[in-house]
Amino acid sequence: MAKPRPRVKLPKTASAGEVITIKTLINHVMESGQRKDKEGKPIPRQIINKFTCEFNGTPVFSCDIEPAISANPYFEFTAKVMESGKFKFSWVDDNGETYTHEQGIQIK
Amino acid sequence: MNLSRRQVLTLSASAVAVAATGLGPSVVFADAAATEKSIAAFTGGKSPATGKITLNAPEIAENGNTVPISVSVDSEMTKDSYVQSVMVLAEGNPNPGVITFNFSPMSGEATATTRMRLAKTQNVVAIAKMNDGSVFMDKKLVKVTIGGCGG
Repeated sequence: MAKPRPRVKLPKTASAGEVITIKTLINHVMESGQRKDKEGKPIPRQIINKFTCEFNGTPVFSCDIEPAISANPYFEFTAKVMESGKFKFSWVDDNGETYTHEQGIQIK
Repeated sequence: MNLSRRQVLTLSASAVAVAATGLGPSVVFADAAATEKSIAAFTGGKSPATGKITLNAPEIAENGNTVPISVSVDSEMTKDSYVQSVMVLAEGNPNPGVITFNFSPMSGEATATTRMRLAKTQNVVAIAKMNDGSVFMDKKLVKVTIGGCGG
């Protein structure tokens, strides 16, 4: 599997108090644990089980993910920005790895 | 070892029987009871009211592997009144749980979009929990042409 690479889309600037839309995507197989290989053995589950978004250290949005989420999980959500700062996104894999991405936003 | 024709036949018949039971229904689907249980665990036993929450899902999903869904809850999203979390359940999947979105007053709006898997035609349920403990529910039937859960 290719190494998961997060992609995040959010505006570079916003006015104070504006509600912005954030779109995130990460490439991941999201193996559900329900499928079987050619020999009929179950393929072990490996999914992203948690996604979190923080702004300047404060949690904004998170989700607990089950195997019913499609491969290459996509999340779209909103955040209200009052000040310039940095968003931190993290995806937690079943294998214990965490993939993170940081992106800043400026107040006009 | 010499086998009579009769022995060979009984052996192969039992082999077929074993294979059939082994292969049986390879995927066990969640039933309504499992879904009810998850709902009760999420709401703390409260029965959800209708309204406030909207679940958007396609009426017909051609491919059950990626079904776009979005939820939005009518709320001010202030420190005193906001949506804590929204749980999405699929009644006919191997496991009813799909995703739980956790919001905060910093979310601005209680909306979220993602893509989910649906094994077959079934009801998708979304339940919102407010910070004051009240719960709201919405339900949509999604018809699936090609299922999306392995097999």
